Amino acid sequence: MNGLLVACLLTPMMTAILAFLWPGGRVIKGAVSVCGTVLLSVFAALLLRQVWTDGPVSAQMGGWEAPMGITLVADHLSAMLVMVTAIVGLAVSFFALTDIDEARAKGGFDTFFQILLTGIVGAFLTGDLFNLYVWFEVMLISSFALIVLGGDKVQLDGAVKYVAINLVSTVLLLTAIGLVYGMAGTLNMADLNGSLAELPDQSLVTVVSVLFLIAFGIKAAVFPLYFWLPASYHTLPISIAAVFAALMTKVGVYALIRTFTLIFTPESDMIATVVLVVALLTMLTGILGAISHTNIRRILSYHVIGSIGFMLLGLGLGSPLAMAASIFYMMQGILVKALLFMIVGVIEKRGNSSELSELGGLYRSHPGFSILYLLAALALIGIPPLSGFWAKLMVLEAGIEHQAWWVIALVLLASLLTFIPLMRIWFEAFWKAAPRSDDAPVKEPELSNAASGSAARSESMQLAPVVALSAVLLLIGLAPASLISLTDQAAAGVLNVDAYLQVVLGSGAAPIEEMKP
Amino acid sequence: MNSIIFRTVSRLLMGLMLLFSLFLLWRGHNEPGGGFIGGLVAAAGLVVYGLADGPKSMRLILRADPGAIALTGLLIAVIAGLMPVVGGSDFLTGLWLFIGATPTDKGLALGTPLLFDIGVYLAVVGGVVGMVIAIEESL
Amino acid sequence: MEVLFGILAGVLMAGGVWLILSRNLLKFLFGLVLISNVANLVIFASGGVTEGSPPLVGKSGIVEGVANSLPQALVLTAIVIGFGLVSFTLTLALRAWQSIGTTHVEEMCLSEQRAGATDENGGVLSVDDYAQLERARTVNSEQSMEPGR
Repeated sequence: MNGLLVACLLTPMMTAILAFLWPGGRVIKGAVSVCGTVLLSVFAALLLRQVWTDGPVSAQMGGWEAPMGITLVADHLSAMLVMVTAIVGLAVSFFALTDIDEARAKGGFDTFFQILLTGIVGAFLTGDLFNLYVWFEVMLISSFALIVLGGDKVQLDGAVKYVAINLVSTVLLLTAIGLVYGMAGTLNMADLNGSLAELPDQSLVTVVSVLFLIAFGIKAAVFPLYFWLPASYHTLPISIAAVFAALMTKVGVYALIRTFTLIFTPESDMIATVVLVVALLTMLTGILGAISHTNIRRILSYHVIGSIGFMLLGLGLGSPLAMAASIFYMMQGILVKALLFMIVGVIEKRGNSSELSELGGLYRSHPGFSILYLLAALALIGIPPLSGFWAKLMVLEAGIEHQAWWVIALVLLASLLTFIPLMRIWFEAFWKAAPRSDDAPVKEPELSNAASGSAARSESMQLAPVVALSAVLLLIGLAPASLISLTDQAAAGVLNVDAYLQVVLGSGAAPIEEMKP
Repeated sequence: MNSIIFRTVSRLLMGLMLLFSLFLLWRGHNEPGGGFIGGLVAAAGLVVYGLADGPKSMRLILRADPGAIALTGLLIAVIAGLMPVVGGSDFLTGLWLFIGATPTDKGLALGTPLLFDIGVYLAVVGGVVGMVIAIEESL
Repeated sequence: MEVLFGILAGVLMAGGVWLILSRNLLKFLFGLVLISNVANLVIFASGGVTEGSPPLVGKSGIVEGVANSLPQALVLTAIVIGFGLVSFTLTLALRAWQSIGTTHVEEMCLSEQRAGATDENGGVLSVDDYAQLERARTVNSEQSMEPGR
């Protein structure tokens, strides 16, 4: 029994309930939400420390031993992802205090946001395939609610696409799970390890693995299945877009990594090749999409897709080094995406637009904030000594180890191309002179003292999480050693599942307990 | 729906269905039934009433916001799951209280699964009725 | 019995896919409902469709010859989730129809830039410009919209 696992899951769930039932306005509910994420961060940090020192931990729900009951399990990868989810959740819930308006808060923003976190944490921690489906649905339903919250026409239109494609993915996932149960007779992921490979008829196994690939691929927005993402993300309020862009797609990546190392043995070369090709194409199309757009939010949406490609390379190459590189990229990518989307939120507030042609002169008016953007952008591009550099260095090392020269060439090309859209934002929004706008009257003199004071306060409250996330990223960049050692352990744990099996199933076949009265 | 027959019958039906839902909730332990089915039956009863009298009167007889009912249910379920943790067992383990137990008979068995079921019941009632009210009000 | 379930699932799947390929949002939804029922059938059949007594524990402890209860639990969960998703999506479709004025997916493109959509100066349209254009277009098309489209 490990209480930390349950605590990580229950904290956001209880926070959701409290945020809804607690009487009060935007500030009270937001404060409840922030407190909840602080608590979640504490539990996640404790869990990470325990996993780091003692190896994977598990908890059996209701005392029913695996594979009979539902198991929660955290290995290095899960614990790291829960930690980074808590950090992003904390930053976004703080950012949302001033970003989300009273109407959306009344519609239940904080509740749905916390339920979304519950779903994400649950998906990272569960050790049961059907339970994974349930957490995916928890995540999905709350994301549906968030995506239509207080929506105008354009937001509704984006929401329809998001909902439709995600429902298709859900149905595919459910069918695949049904087929797995029919073949193996169990849905515990540790118990499934190896049991599908022993089946005499492997053709159905291949079909099911492709079903999983498509279902999780839609969630992760990989190459041919990503169209819903740029159609919906740019219509959302920035706090919601930030948490979606940072976390939602990564749950799909995590599920892909988990299923294709634990359930489907990596021997099936075909799937590995498919994943590799898909990863490279995702990378390239994401970057090219980013280059072709002029709206900052769309550019970043395509960047989200591009980075998914990097995260899947590890699964495609399949070596510990490549997997470690992917995991490092995932951690860094989650943080940097959340940071960039929040920065865009601040840009929009100051420039009243997210269209590059209508922005400008931000460096002259806000030099400190501009440096923050530059740091985040350079970290994403991978300029040493910022965090992205280590991620890309590890990817390249893995490529060299495999002597996969065309992978290296494409990764380098994609990294170079990443430069273009991010620097274009820099030159257009920050560097060039502000466009002369005749129709936008200068509002500032009209503000009374009190109003301008509250505006300044809200601005500094939005900057706080931006600065904090930048500091975390800078720290990762300047002292990457501990994170690299952690990702190495995570990759080893993902590829060599013995410790995972041991902690879930226990040593030897545990006798089924006498049924309780 | 402005029909006096339907409105009269709907009240009767709602009462009967609410009673039946409680019966299903109670017997859900060792026989078919339970919080989910009971909740659905109760929600169906309330929806019949709502169809006859409109969403406004449905809100009136509920007295509380459906979302609050649903989340209170979730809270009760979580508390039911956490109660054994206080005693050192696993999350969601059943704790039992046997009232009037004799050596041959277990007596009246009350346990945390019943509490959990009550939570599920409230969550289902709140969730379903909330969705139906939302749809009816937007029409 | 499983073969029958398989055939039924196949027929439902075919109907669902046919409906999903439709350009009407509502038909798409109905197709999705059919396919989610296929998933439920698959889970149900994968547990083996056998005759057995209800999987309830009697006074004596474990009973022999009971049906496999796990697929039923899984299907029940899946039905609940599917029910929630479908009712949500129906509400969403209703609201989208109310505010956008159509359920034809080709015309629901406010949030996407259509390829080559440019203004008269050759610049790429922003979302807001595009939404404005769309609004104008929708008003025009509403006058000529046939019922039941």
